[in-house]
Amino acid sequence: MRVLAAMSGGVDSAVAAALAVDAGHDVTGVHLALSPDRQTLRSGARGCCSVEDAHDARRVADELGIPFYVWDLAERFTEDVVDDFVAEYAAGRTPNPCLRCNEKIKFTAVLDRALALGFDAVVTGHHARLADGELRRSVDAAKDQSYVLGVLTAEQLAGARFPLGSMTKERVRAIAAERGFAVATKPDSHDICFIPDGDTRGFLTRRLGAQPGPVVDAATGATVGTHEGTHGFTVGQRRGLGIAVGDQRPRYVLSIEPVTRTVTVGTAELTGVARVRTAPPTWTGPVPELPLRAQVQLRAHSAAVACTVTAGADGGLVVDLDEAQRGVAPGQSAVLYAPDRARGDLVLGQGTVAG
Amino acid sequence: MTYLDHAATTPVLPEVLSAMTEQWARVGNASSLHASGRAARRDAEQSRERLAEALGARPSEVLFTGGGTESDNLAVKGLFWARREADSRRRRLVVSPAEHHAVLDSAEWLAKHEGAEVTWLHLEPTGRVTPEALADALGDGSDVAMASVMWANNEIGTVSDVAALADVAHAVGVPLHTDAVQAVGQVPVDFSASGVDALTMTGHKLGGPMGAGALLLRRDAECTPLLHGGGQERDVRSGTLDVPAIVGLAVAATTAVASRVERAARLAALRDRLVAGVLEQVPDAQLNGAPLDDVLAGGPGRLPGNAHLSFPGAEGDALLMLLDARGIECSTGSACSAGVARPSHVLTAVGAEADRARSSLRFSLGSTSTDADVDALLAVIAPVVERARRAGRGR
Repeated sequence: MRVLAAMSGGVDSAVAAALAVDAGHDVTGVHLALSPDRQTLRSGARGCCSVEDAHDARRVADELGIPFYVWDLAERFTEDVVDDFVAEYAAGRTPNPCLRCNEKIKFTAVLDRALALGFDAVVTGHHARLADGELRRSVDAAKDQSYVLGVLTAEQLAGARFPLGSMTKERVRAIAAERGFAVATKPDSHDICFIPDGDTRGFLTRRLGAQPGPVVDAATGATVGTHEGTHGFTVGQRRGLGIAVGDQRPRYVLSIEPVTRTVTVGTAELTGVARVRTAPPTWTGPVPELPLRAQVQLRAHSAAVACTVTAGADGGLVVDLDEAQRGVAPGQSAVLYAPDRARGDLVLGQGTVAG
Repeated sequence: MTYLDHAATTPVLPEVLSAMTEQWARVGNASSLHASGRAARRDAEQSRERLAEALGARPSEVLFTGGGTESDNLAVKGLFWARREADSRRRRLVVSPAEHHAVLDSAEWLAKHEGAEVTWLHLEPTGRVTPEALADALGDGSDVAMASVMWANNEIGTVSDVAALADVAHAVGVPLHTDAVQAVGQVPVDFSASGVDALTMTGHKLGGPMGAGALLLRRDAECTPLLHGGGQERDVRSGTLDVPAIVGLAVAATTAVASRVERAARLAALRDRLVAGVLEQVPDAQLNGAPLDDVLAGGPGRLPGNAHLSFPGAEGDALLMLLDARGIECSTGSACSAGVARPSHVLTAVGAEADRARSSLRFSLGSTSTDADVDALLAVIAPVVERARRAGRGR
């Protein structure tokens, strides 16, 4: 099989490419240049597409003896991921750019081009299991990335290969070390690749400008503070609210209203959400029958909770949680799983949390 | 493997390899006073004389450098600094926009950091700089530090009439530098007869080693050094002479120049067959640069081994990758070190539309090229272009 290995310059994609070679595939490596203004050197452990990262990827490809190219997808990435990220925050929502990148860049732009160029599939270093068209959680629960892949359709998954899903991150690093890859000890990338300093609020303020507004307490309706832009907040957030309340009890962001720039906060007992509505869903396989008993994961690093899924208005879903959850932010994906301890929880699909 | 990328680098000639191997087995710093040093110096100076003779220069006009990029940097920055020091009004650089990045980026660096101003020359659609265009850009020359126009373009192979350009520059008292990296050994190059003040050449484009080049610099040209130290090379380029590289460079240049006429005729015939074959298989492909049979001042107006074609609707990097997978090696013309394919700055400079600039490939022939290489390309080009076009439409 002819496969295209997407190589970020990190240890996961390096080992994924190596395993594809071991499996006897005809492998070509490709590094995606996603930033229109590529830095020469990586800053800290973050970021993913500096020239140095391209070099790291190329070193591995050369050691594997496979062809290697850099594809410039900066324009697509800027439009589909970065601009979308900014627009979502401007609308009072909390987007997940990694999910959007998988949906629009890796498994649309790259996969389409790969198929057109005669490849059969795209191999990535994602930690998720994929066999017989079924997407499941990685065996390494701490590194599992099935959440940010939950948006992929059956057609996209048919062109994807995730060789790392059945091994731990520790094992991945051990394989890289055994092979003498220089990236074996390279730190994991964190956070958002296009915000290498990790200051999301600063990035958004540079893009959107200061847009001051009130912080209002839900119980009293009183203005308890001001802020420099709703984009600095996410539903469920507790820290950095910059408010003064008489009772000293912690407040959490309950909702964000971008038109009046109002951030509404409240005490812990007001934060619980038991019913989540989503936009029209995507499914990784056959469309399940509703109502459906399942588990739902509501953000990248939270536990899945039991729920009942029914059809909502406008083609969306209504997800009723067995136990109310805090921090259900519009813009995040509600990814649905069918629990399966033996083979890994099966990803059914997802819908974007409406708000 | 079908190697059609001789303009990127070309195989080392056997006689170069043996001359360099012999040198590497010896000890001796050409600046040392003892017998080993004297022997090294003799070999380096013999090489300087041979290189000078092959290129119509005097031995004292040959400055050995680490290659084309260094020679270009030295010429642009060194001439700029020396001329501005002599007269502070001279801060303008007159440069062709189709130059190699070693010249372009040197000029832009001077503009950013040294108060220089760059005037970009107008190009003919073929990429050629005419004497009229240069005269227009120079004006009365009083504010110009130097001008730089390449002898032959590395991407599209167009030759400019450097001697006529030197006349124009000298008429207003401006020194002219020419990057002749692609021209030496391909078209007649005579430094003295051309009248240029500085000429860049390098070894690895003509069968010599990488990392060895020269700047031919007229004796009356003032040039501020980039590298300070032991005072070698007229005090303009300090550094211990790399004698094996210098010997290899001279052997390569003398061999390439001596065999030029016969090789040029052979490569031009192969190249013509390549272009005709590609145009037959892909009728809407477009040849970039000067016509294949172009004549300029009695010599070829296009490098004999250069074929540069655009395949509208296909991405250059997709074409390159598909050909690579079929064992055919060529170039998109201007890959930067970061490996990201960009639209050719040369085609953009001659006014080609974005699609044409993005969809181009350079095939370049050299000493080891054969009919079989051309046949191998012609056997796959049509399906490769077809597939790349399909991939291109998805974007």
